Amino acid sequence: MFDAVTKKGLTPLLGILKELGNIGIMFLQSIYWTFRRPFKLNYIFKQMEFIGVNSISVVIITGTFTGMVLALQSYYGFRKFGAEGLVGTTVALSMTRELGPVLTSLMVTGRAGSAMAAELGSMRVTEQIDALIVMALNPIKYLVVPRVIASFLMFPVLTSIANFVGIIGGYLVGVKLLGINEGAFINKIIKYLDPEDIYNGLIKAAVFGIIMSVISCYKGFYTRGGAEGVGRSTTEAVVMSSVTILVTDYVLTSLMF
Amino acid sequence: MEDTAIRIIDLHKSFGPQKVLDGINLEVETGKITVIIGKSGGGKSVLLKHIIGLLKPDSGEIWVNGNDITKLPEKELNEVRRSFGMLFQEAALFDSMDVFDNVAFPLREHTKLSDREIESVVEERLRQVGLLTFTEKMPSELSGGMRKRVGLARALVLDPDIILFDEPTSALDPIISLSILDLIRETQQRIQKTYVVISHDILGMFRIADKVAMLYGGKIIEYGTPYEIRRSTKEATKEFLKATKIPGFTGGSYEQQQDFP
Ligand SMILES: Nc1ncnc2c1ncn2[C@@H]1O[C@H](COP(=O)(O)OP(=O)(O)OP(=O)(O)O)[C@@H](O)[C@H]1O
Ligand SMILES: [Mg+2]
Repeated sequence: MFDAVTKKGLTPLLGILKELGNIGIMFLQSIYWTFRRPFKLNYIFKQMEFIGVNSISVVIITGTFTGMVLALQSYYGFRKFGAEGLVGTTVALSMTRELGPVLTSLMVTGRAGSAMAAELGSMRVTEQIDALIVMALNPIKYLVVPRVIASFLMFPVLTSIANFVGIIGGYLVGVKLLGINEGAFINKIIKYLDPEDIYNGLIKAAVFGIIMSVISCYKGFYTRGGAEGVGRSTTEAVVMSSVTILVTDYVLTSLMF
Repeated sequence: MEDTAIRIIDLHKSFGPQKVLDGINLEVETGKITVIIGKSGGGKSVLLKHIIGLLKPDSGEIWVNGNDITKLPEKELNEVRRSFGMLFQEAALFDSMDVFDNVAFPLREHTKLSDREIESVVEERLRQVGLLTFTEKMPSELSGGMRKRVGLARALVLDPDIILFDEPTSALDPIISLSILDLIRETQQRIQKTYVVISHDILGMFRIADKVAMLYGGKIIEYGTPYEIRRSTKEATKEFLKATKIPGFTGGSYEQQQDFP
């Protein structure tokens, strides 16, 4: 009986471990190919535009409303102790340390991660990846590396935007709507927000960018089974990236702060 | 130069329980057109993918330029691949690029030609396949046959030593099909490269083949000139050829088929 139980529990666990191993291999391969000439700068710029520039509106909306709701919620809490002045600090710390990087990453995963998996998946099933290999060109270099580099660079940029508009949103709700003293709001932010809070948040974002792009590319790259397979890869890419981002977030946070 | 461009020795490949290649032996002659015929699902595409190292066999050897490519590490395999061109069965054009960029891609990645030179080569190739006015179309805006022709232009663009064609004339109407066959024949005669063509379009293939190999049951059961193949006494080959006879049309009998060049 013990055997049956371990077998049932172990098989999926081994599957997950194996997949994580393969994803790790793809990550290492993309690091290797990043430093091999010729550098495909135009491919990287194209991805930076897709991942970064085209995500700005989504990130602005998400960031602003997150900052606004944070102000609202923390005001409700702090009012009970007469500490409304701390609303600004709460918004700023929550945004930069936690919600900016995490929410931005999750939103961009939904947008760009799904697109990466779908693009690479359909390239796989229509033999475009084979066509690259036949031309003696490495598909990791041409397809995966530009996406990973672009994500690594753009996630912190997008997170900075989210942080900024989030604090503005908090300011609008806190100061303009709820009537918190403007001076107190801003001074407390300056006093309690360390540059380190911002840096650490941006480092997290860069790590999330790598996680999202490597997982999504991996899922797309190894797609099987036609159009249906592409759909499956896309869903799996978003789910696995999001879960991994949240788990990694806890680990990184406990290490950093 | 060696007479044999590709030597395949006892090649085996199974997918799970399904035996697809069951001991292939074949020598492809340098500078000739070898046509591999066989029924749909018989393993022709799988064989072609082994020749260019996209699939690894369960056992057997494939010798190209003095290397057994089934044993080569990726880096050296890529050196060998540079002397190959390939037309995929579904063309495998890059979705993200227009027709011009698809054909220009191998030139941009593997040569130091200037933009102007690339343009003239690409336009020449697209003119040959009759698609010069479609340079700015995306692959998704083309018909299946047009994609095939762009794929053909892309496979030819680097003038590689060995070109593999997976069903060059499927999805084409009879007239275009004929012009593509003529293009294949004519380029081959001009540059004397090694062409391997797989197909089940038998009539068309007898038009261009120097040698024909018949793939059946995972083996090459017949190999020879088109003339020899037509006179085969093997049941499988006879049956396969019989299926292409249409009473009253050219090819309706063995005698009439001899009219082909
Ligand atoms: N990657 C793969 N995984 C599993 N089975 C495969 C794979 N590729 C091909 N097969 C199987 O191998 C057999 C031969 O396929 P192949 O594509 O070589 O046929 P073909 O001779 O090219 O046919 P057609 O003329 O229709 O293109 C088929 O039964 C197919 O199901
Ligand atoms: Mg095929």
